[in-house]
Amino acid sequence: MRYLPLSGADREIMLERVGVRAVDALFADAPADRLLDEAPDLPRRKGEMAVERELGGLAARNLSAGSVPFFLGAGAYRHHVPATVDHLIQRSEFLTSYTPYQPEIAQGTLQYLFEFQTQVAALTGMEVANASMYDGSTACAEAVLMAQRITRRKRAVLSGGLHPHYADVTRTVCGFAGDSITSLPPDVAASEDIISQIGPDASCVVVQSPDAFGNLRDLAPIADAAHRAGALLVVVVTEAVSFGLLQSPGAQGADIVVAEGQSIGNALNFGGPYVGLFAARSKFVRQMPGRLCGETVDAEGRRGFVLTLSAREQHIRRDKATSNICTNSGLCCLAFTIHMTLLGGHGLHQLARINHANAVALADRLAALPGVTVLNRSFFNEFTVKLAGRDAAEVVERLAARGILGGVPVSRLLPGAGLDDLLLVASTEVNTDEDRAALADALAAVLGEIVSC
Amino acid sequence: MLSRQGRPTIPDAAAPDAASAAEHHTFTGNRALQQIEPLLFEIGSTERCGVDLDEPAPFTARLGGLEAAAPVDLPALSEPETMRHFVRLSQKNYGIDTGMFPLGSCTMKHNPRLNERMARLPGFADVHPLQPVATVQGALAVMDQLAHWLLTLTGMPAVALSPKAGAHGELLGLMAIKAAIAARGEGKTRDVVLVPESAHGTNPATAALLGFRVKSVPARADGAVHLDDVAGLLGPDVAAIMLTNPNTCGLFEPQIVEIAAALHAAGGYFYCDGANFNAIVGKVRPGDLGVDAMHINLHKTFSTPHGGGGPGAGPVVLSERLAPFAPVPFVRKGADGQLALVEQAGEGSAAQAFGRLTAFHGQMGMYVRALSFMLSHGGEGLRQASEDAVLNANYVRASLADLLTAPFGDRPCMHEALFDDAWLKDTGVTTLDIAKALIDEGFHPMTVYFPLVVHGAMLIEPTESESKVSLDLFIAAMRDLAMAAKRGDVARFTGAPRHAPLRRLDETRAARQPVLRWTRPLPVA
Repeated sequence: MRYLPLSGADREIMLERVGVRAVDALFADAPADRLLDEAPDLPRRKGEMAVERELGGLAARNLSAGSVPFFLGAGAYRHHVPATVDHLIQRSEFLTSYTPYQPEIAQGTLQYLFEFQTQVAALTGMEVANASMYDGSTACAEAVLMAQRITRRKRAVLSGGLHPHYADVTRTVCGFAGDSITSLPPDVAASEDIISQIGPDASCVVVQSPDAFGNLRDLAPIADAAHRAGALLVVVVTEAVSFGLLQSPGAQGADIVVAEGQSIGNALNFGGPYVGLFAARSKFVRQMPGRLCGETVDAEGRRGFVLTLSAREQHIRRDKATSNICTNSGLCCLAFTIHMTLLGGHGLHQLARINHANAVALADRLAALPGVTVLNRSFFNEFTVKLAGRDAAEVVERLAARGILGGVPVSRLLPGAGLDDLLLVASTEVNTDEDRAALADALAAVLGEIVSC
Repeated sequence: MLSRQGRPTIPDAAAPDAASAAEHHTFTGNRALQQIEPLLFEIGSTERCGVDLDEPAPFTARLGGLEAAAPVDLPALSEPETMRHFVRLSQKNYGIDTGMFPLGSCTMKHNPRLNERMARLPGFADVHPLQPVATVQGALAVMDQLAHWLLTLTGMPAVALSPKAGAHGELLGLMAIKAAIAARGEGKTRDVVLVPESAHGTNPATAALLGFRVKSVPARADGAVHLDDVAGLLGPDVAAIMLTNPNTCGLFEPQIVEIAAALHAAGGYFYCDGANFNAIVGKVRPGDLGVDAMHINLHKTFSTPHGGGGPGAGPVVLSERLAPFAPVPFVRKGADGQLALVEQAGEGSAAQAFGRLTAFHGQMGMYVRALSFMLSHGGEGLRQASEDAVLNANYVRASLADLLTAPFGDRPCMHEALFDDAWLKDTGVTTLDIAKALIDEGFHPMTVYFPLVVHGAMLIEPTESESKVSLDLFIAAMRDLAMAAKRGDVARFTGAPRHAPLRRLDETRAARQPVLRWTRPLPVA
C-alpha cells in the first residue's frame, strides 16, 4: 500500500522490540469476541489511476458551474479565484500543519491569521475579528449565543430577510441552548416592521443585508432601536464581495457582524468547506467564540504572534467555555486572506462595482421579458424575479435541460411558503453579456412552454 | 578534498561553530533561507492591485443610497509580492511534509495529493449546492458512497454527514440524544451528561452548551473508566455518557461493553468521541460496542488536511434509536434510482429531524478527499493502517520505557504512547522544555499537558505514516534529550528553541494587552 512505509521485515523487528508475537496482542484490551478476524467487506485497494477513474466518473455526472451560463447565489457565489490563491494554499507548510499551538514553528499560520483578522475587521467596519468560524450560518448561531451571554437575555429576533438556512441553524442551535427565537415571516420586499419586535427582553435582532432576496437594508434605524432597548444588532452578510461597495455594517451601528467569506478566494465546493467571518466591538472580545490571534514578542524582543485570550476556549475552560468550537476554517481563511491581499480595498471596490453593474444589466434585461417582474428596489449582485404564475422550480429544471443554470427557486429554501413563482438570480464578474442574453432568451422560451400554475 | 572550483568542500576546522553563527548578526536580519517578513499592510499600498479588473460598462447604481463613500482602507500587494509574502510565511511553518509530527490526539498522518487533485475536479469544486439535483447526481453519489464506507467500518445503521468538525459532530450527537429523550417524555428530568476527567475539553463544553449538567467520572490510576464509577452515577437523571474510545490516554477502554450495557439499562445513551477511531478502523466496529452516536473526524482518521486548523469534517454515525432525529440534509435513493436530497425538517422521512446544523450540505470538499483516501486503501489497507499506527506507537513506547516514565506502567497502548513527567523530577526541566528542545532537533513536539489527568503529560502519536527509520531517529533524539535532562544540562532546554524562526513567545503579554489587528501608524507630525 503506497501510503504505508513499514515493510513486513520492519514489522517483525518492531514487534520483537515491543515484546509481542503478533499485532493483535496490542489489541488485548478490546473484547476478544468483538475483534474482527479479517478486513471489513469493502473494495480492495486501488492505485492512483483507478481512483482517478472512479472519482472522475462521479465528477463527470455533475454539471459544473463553469461549463454553462450560471446565475446561482443564495449564499454561495461563483467568483473568479486567481491562480496564485490555490497554488499558495497547497504549500505543504500551510496544508499539512496543525493549529498553531507551538508558535515558534507556526508563525506562518499565525501571521496570516493576524492579517485575516485585520482584513475582516476593516471590511465589516468592526474593531476586532476572530480567526474564522466554520461558515456563515454557524457563525450566525454563535453570534446569537454571544448576544445572550452579553445581555443575559434569552430572546432573539430574526428578520424575515435572513437566509432560511441561517435561520434554521440558529433556531436549532439556540433552541437547544434554551433561547427563544422570534422568526419574522419571509420578507420578500424588505417591508417588515422589525423594530416593533425588539422588546425589553430581546438579546439581539439579526438582520441580513443584502438580504436573502437581494434587498439592501438600511441598518442604522434598526441599530438605534436595538440599542435603545438594550439589545444588540447582529448583521449577517452572505456575499462578502458586497463589502467592497456598501456602507459597512459597523458604520451603520452593528454590534456583531457575521458573514460567509466563501466569495473571496474560495470555490463553490457544493456548499463546503467555506469560511465564517466573525467580528464585533472590542468591548465584547472576551465573549467572542473561536480562536483569536494576537501580537506579542519573543524572548529576543522580536515581533511574533500567538493564539490568545484562550481562557474563553473549551480546551481551558471545558464546560465554562464561550463555545465548544475547537477548529476554525484555516485553509479557507488563508484563501480569503490571499485573495484580499491581491485585491486590497481598491481592488475589492472595483470587483464589487463590476458585480453590481452585471446584476443591473441582467435585471434590466430580464425585466424587459413579458411575464417577468424584478421585485427589488435595491440590490447588490442578486435580486428576486417574479415569474407571473409559473413554478420557478420547474423553470429552473427546464433551463438546466437547455444548458443554463438560471438561479435558485425560492421554494428550494422556503417550500410551502406560497413563494413558488419567485426566482433568485445572481450575476457576478464571471458572467458575460452573452451569458445574460442566453438566460434571457431561454427564460422567455421556457415561460412560453409552461402554463401558469 | 577540493571541489572542481578548487575550493574546500568541507568546512574549515577553524570556522565558527553553530552557536556562534547564531550570534552573528546580518544587516537585514535575514538568515539565508530564513527571511524576516513584515505584515502585508506594512509592505502593501492602496495604490497597487494584484488583480486586473476592467471598468464596467456605464450603469445606474441601484444601491438604495447605501453605498460607501470610499473603498475600504486595506493595502494590496501585486502578484509577485503576494507570492513571495505567503511563500516566506509558509517557510515559518512546520507541516507533516516537513518531518515527524507526533502530536497526540491530533493524528497528523500523510495527506495524499491525489485527494487534493480529486477535490479540485470541476465536477466537485465548481458545483453550487442549490443546483437542480438532477445536475449533481455525482456529488450525491460521493455522499452516498462515503456513508456506505463509514457505516460498514463502524457497524452502525445511520450516519449524518453535515457537521463541519468534530466538536460540531458532538453537538449533533447530543442534540439527537436530547431530542430522543424529549420524545420519550423525559426531557425535563434526564439532564445529566457524564464526562470522564480525561475527556477532550469539547465534550463538557458541548454538553454545557446544550443545557446539560456535566458530572465528572473520576480518573483511575490505570487510565481507564471503571464500570463501578459509572454505575454509581447512573440514574433516571442521566441522559448520556461521553466516552472517548480509544481514550485520551491511548488505551482501549477495557469495560466499554459493560459500561454501555449498564447505561442502556438505566435509560441513557452512549456518545462515543471518535477522535481516536483511527486506531481501530477495520479492527473493531463501534456498533459492536453499544455505541449510540459517534463523530468521526475525517481530518484525522481519513486524512483530509488539517490546514493549520481546519476546515475539518465530523460526520456522526447513529444507532437505530437516534437515527430518526438526525438533522437535515440527507441523501435518499429514490424509486427511480436517482439520488435525492431531503432538505426540510418536519416532513416525510425527516418528520422527526431535530433541525439543521449548517447551511447547505456539509463539507463536500472533505467528503471527496476522505473517499479518495478510503478507495486508495481499500478495506484491508485501512485495517493495516490501524495496525501500523498502533505498532508504531508501541515501538516508540517500548523504546523509551527505560528512560521515561509511563503513568500506567508497561501495558501496551493503542495509537499513541503516553508518558508523564515523573522522570523529570528534580532535573529543573519541564515537559514544556522537552517540547521546545524537540523543535530544535527538527521534530514537531508531541501533545503536552493533555490529558489533564496525567501530570506533565507527553502524548506521542506517530501515526502509520512514519517509517521505521524516521521513528528510530525520533527515539534516538528523545533518548539523547532524556539523558541530557537527567545529567543536568538544563541550559539546553530552558533556552530552546534556538533554531526556530522565533524564540519562545510571551503569551502573557499577548493576553494582557491584546493586539488583535494591525492599525495604520499615525502620521508623524
